[in-house]
Amino acid sequence: MAELTYRDALRSALIEEMDHDRRVVLIGEDIGVYQGTFRVTADLLKRYGPGRVIDTPISELGFVGAAIGMAMLGLRPVVEVMTWNFSLLAMDQIVNNAAKLRYFSGGQVNVPMVIRGPNGAGVQLSAQHSQSLEATYAHFPGLYVVAPATPAEAKGLLRTAIRSDDPVIFLENAALYGMKGEVPDSDFALPFGKAAVARSGRDVTVVAYSRMVFAALTAAEQLAAEGIEAEVINMRCLRPLDAATIVESVSRTHRAVVVQEQWKPFGAAAEIAMRIYEDAFDQLDAPVERVTGADVPMPYARTLEVRAVPHEADIVAAVKKTLGKD
Amino acid sequence: MDTRSVKTASPRDLSRDELAASLEWYGKMVLARRFEDEAEREFRRGKIGGYLHVYSGQEAVAAGFLSAIRPDDIFFTAYRDHAHAIFRGAAPGAVMAELFGKATGLAKGKGGSMHLFDVAHGFYGGYGIVGGHIPLATGAAYALRYQKTERICLCFLGDGAMNSGSFHEPANLAGLWGKQGLCPIVYIVENNQYAMGTPVERSSAVTNLAGRFSTYAIDNERADGMDFIEVRRLAERVVRRVRETGGSYAVELLTYRFAGHGAADLFQPYRTKEEIAQARSRDPITILEDRLRAAGALTDEQVKRVHADAERAVTEAVRFAEESPPPAPEELYKDVYGARDEDEKTGTRDRGNTGTR
Ligand SMILES: Cc1ncc(C[n+]2csc(CCOP(=O)(O)OP(=O)(O)O)c2C)c(N)n1
Ligand SMILES: [Mg+2]
Repeated sequence: MAELTYRDALRSALIEEMDHDRRVVLIGEDIGVYQGTFRVTADLLKRYGPGRVIDTPISELGFVGAAIGMAMLGLRPVVEVMTWNFSLLAMDQIVNNAAKLRYFSGGQVNVPMVIRGPNGAGVQLSAQHSQSLEATYAHFPGLYVVAPATPAEAKGLLRTAIRSDDPVIFLENAALYGMKGEVPDSDFALPFGKAAVARSGRDVTVVAYSRMVFAALTAAEQLAAEGIEAEVINMRCLRPLDAATIVESVSRTHRAVVVQEQWKPFGAAAEIAMRIYEDAFDQLDAPVERVTGADVPMPYARTLEVRAVPHEADIVAAVKKTLGKD
Repeated sequence: MDTRSVKTASPRDLSRDELAASLEWYGKMVLARRFEDEAEREFRRGKIGGYLHVYSGQEAVAAGFLSAIRPDDIFFTAYRDHAHAIFRGAAPGAVMAELFGKATGLAKGKGGSMHLFDVAHGFYGGYGIVGGHIPLATGAAYALRYQKTERICLCFLGDGAMNSGSFHEPANLAGLWGKQGLCPIVYIVENNQYAMGTPVERSSAVTNLAGRFSTYAIDNERADGMDFIEVRRLAERVVRRVRETGGSYAVELLTYRFAGHGAADLFQPYRTKEEIAQARSRDPITILEDRLRAAGALTDEQVKRVHADAERAVTEAVRFAEESPPPAPEELYKDVYGARDEDEKTGTRDRGNTGTR
């Protein structure tokens, strides 16, 4: 075990995979000379040279698409998008090529690549730079969608992602890069599609992923002070979705709250809630509650922004609602 | 790339009109610089959040062009947009209030530094996705001709933006439409040598950026962007041509950003202190000041007054921003749709779970 930041956990996964597999290359904007906007790739240019740490111009469609081509020929590119907002310029390549190539080639080619970078709101980055795109990408068959919350998950899931034979949407979070946590040092990997119980409880199941796991844990603390024991499930992965872990939990708690930072309509929480209804309807004592961001483009003013993103208090309120204590 | 080749014209060659404009715009450039210095300070004080990209060093580019267009002409730019707004007549207080996230800001505090808009003055924004505004500006230019006006559109863009598909696709459209006299636009490439940490040599296979427009049959030229008077002369010529022909045109202006890419770009590992110092030795404000002095049109007394005026205006802008109220809570849900109020009445829209605040 070593204590690492989320950032260094990611970086160590990159280093270990690059050391043992020459097929792994990094590509993205300002990842080399500039050391990476969030310094996840710091010093890697010096370590591996410009052939394996490829700085690109601002050409998301071009370099994401080129990475898909590299992957088709057997390389294992790890693409950094400076933030996921910019992936929208490459969305056609991701959705129409990466996600579907294996299928429409009848299995002749596959796309072993990772696209990684920060997803979600920062602080006052306003409408174009604050988006949570997990549900958007999780909609498409052929993509894996991963959203680690802790340093250990960051490392274990990134390693699995790099070794994956299919494209992985790897969603980090800018607020988490500096967070520290214990990370196993051996050849450590975490499987996709396996959620973790971040806190056990008997009264209600709170489902979250990425940064919202911590909001859920804080809410659970507050609830515990009032005698309400919330079980917090950290999804880790949205596609594949570990419905079994959620259903198992709900079968014990009979109540569920799903938390997401993104907009409410057609979001991840809607899908998760529906899976609960499909697989555990009989177990529910109350309707599933959703805690989400406000249904508006992100405002700049801090006073408005705090109202637009979900907080612990929203989770506490939603939990109480499922318990009829609102 | 040779950006330092100064062409010093003789002071006598300034026309009376040019002298008047230069004096006025000297004041505006000093104001913009003072504004940016203050914005950086306010960012460090925590009064401004998010990203903050200042324009210091590049003033002669926007000033030269915005001084050469008519009041009803329009323009688009990226996120390095404070000076553009001020040059075009936005009150410094309204710009500062936007940076402070206040209700009195240009965009009611909803857009912030990257998304200044002042449509009343022809300023169609402030965009954060690199290259994202280039198609918009191109379509806007088409609309101006379609509506049978004589108005033209300026599209400011960075050197880095020229490597995006968002540049190439509309450039081809502008080439096609321009040939038919349907696209009165000037693309103004503000080549400040860097896109964040990447210099032009490492991001563009062809470093003559103006020349890249030739691929799309858009006539173009490249010039020094540090001398206001020269930029303005060029701008007047180019704007006249675009207005007359309805054809598109491109200019690459060689300039330099004195500050980091954004307020968070502290270490700037991609360039040396010496390089920055050398670039600063060609400060567009000093260059203009020297030319005006040489022409006998600017005294020490006047310089002092211009700086004092700028100081006062910026102090006032900060005071205004400080004292302005934040946006009302219900602003959060306004401006999403035009029919918003109807949605409110019929309750057809689910706001998301923010009921606790
Ligand atoms: C599509 C996209 N990719 C990446 C970014 C991150 N980013 C913001 S500004 C910038 C550099 C742009 O450089 P340039 O166009 O030269 O403008 P300058 O900042 O020099 O004014 C980058 C990479 C972005 N905003 N949009
Ligand atoms: Mg630039």
